[in-house]
Amino acid sequence: MTAQSPLRAAFRQALGEAWAGGAGVLLPIGFFAGAAMLVPFTVGSESSQLSSIGTGILWVALALASLVSMERVFQADLEDGVLELWAQEETPLFLVAAAKIIAHWLVSGLPLVLLTPPIGIALQVDPGALVPAMLAYGLGGLAFFLWGGVAGALAASVARGGLLISLLALPLFVPTAIFGALATIEGPGGPSLLFLGATTLFALSIAPFAASAALRLAVD
Amino acid sequence: MIRAFANPHRFMALSRWLAPACLGVGALLMVWSVWQGLWVVPQDDYQGGDIMRAMFVHVPSAWLAMASYMGLAATSLIWFVWRHELADMAAKSIAPLGAAYTAMCLATGSIWGKPTWGTWWLWDDARMMSVLVMFFLFLGYMALRAAMETRQKAARAGAILAMVGAVNVPLIKFSVDIWSSIHQDASVLRLDGPAMPPVYLTPLLIGGLAHMIFFAGLTMMLMRAEVWGRRGDVLIARKLSGS
Repeated sequence: MTAQSPLRAAFRQALGEAWAGGAGVLLPIGFFAGAAMLVPFTVGSESSQLSSIGTGILWVALALASLVSMERVFQADLEDGVLELWAQEETPLFLVAAAKIIAHWLVSGLPLVLLTPPIGIALQVDPGALVPAMLAYGLGGLAFFLWGGVAGALAASVARGGLLISLLALPLFVPTAIFGALATIEGPGGPSLLFLGATTLFALSIAPFAASAALRLAVD
Repeated sequence: MIRAFANPHRFMALSRWLAPACLGVGALLMVWSVWQGLWVVPQDDYQGGDIMRAMFVHVPSAWLAMASYMGLAATSLIWFVWRHELADMAAKSIAPLGAAYTAMCLATGSIWGKPTWGTWWLWDDARMMSVLVMFFLFLGYMALRAAMETRQKAARAGAILAMVGAVNVPLIKFSVDIWSSIHQDASVLRLDGPAMPPVYLTPLLIGGLAHMIFFAGLTMMLMRAEVWGRRGDVLIARKLSGS
């Protein structure tokens, strides 16, 4: 085994990519804020209306923003051959896939969660509800990234697979979106937050294996 | 048993007569059930008068939509475990048919919903949402297969996606069921027996059977086309290498 285990390498590499060319970490943030900004122009600017749909808008923006940079996550590894090396390592490939997806969530998903309170306030959502809602956005965002990671791994060998990733991943977002939206309305005491956590755990238990099967296919 | 069906020669010999037979029998039964539904059975004012006759297309297409997704997942699993090429051909053939039946279910449901519920579409209805999500799963499956470079890669990627989708379907169903629903409850498949008078039930069940047989015939036809297509590829490859 080399000095650096593939797990650590994958994790560090995904963190490093955030600052490399293409401004990886800024792209989802810009998309997230931009998508939310368009909403008052399209549905009207009345405070009462905005405050009732504000948390839902944040969910839609989060779901879409989670897919923005998913195309490059595994494709870059496939192109420079590092994926092939990982597939031959002793470390199971599903752990590498999980490390990669979670690291990607840390740099592109977590900043969006930290951004939900200011954007929520701008959308006239009750500020007191926004800080507890960050837990829901964090859990839901992780599930979005996990399913998006499966789609990204499946489309790794496809040129310009970004739209394909969206088509594959969006139907899998439905349970998380439903429970997430309910959880942000109910607040932290309601049962929907627990269901939301369950969908995230479900994604965590399935997505790494599916992603690693898809990565093996991309390597062959 | 799977082994016996996995032999392409046996499949071609069997489907040569079974596929047209299924299409013929299915079409005949379908015509009978639609004729019964449109002209024979009395109208039911509770379900919106004459428009309830849409049931004889809507309900079988809903059954087939669900069954075809299960078929897609099952054939994908069989292919992924045993690599029987016929299972992959079946999965590839089922996908567009399933998408078509899902679209038909949504379309007839909207046409039925407009006069009875007063709206084409309801977002808070659990069953409509589930079927819509299933429609997108079918579309994603076909798009993924089409995007892959080789047949083998298309089969593997498709199988992974179909299985991931299949484990998600119960979760999707459960989560949308949390929403309140105005769709009527199941009235055929219930523990205490069907809640539908036999005058409707018989044509409906025959209609469901008809669509099932027809679907099987169409699937076999598409699989036969796939086998012929692959044989053609082999012939071309032989000719190119021989000359």
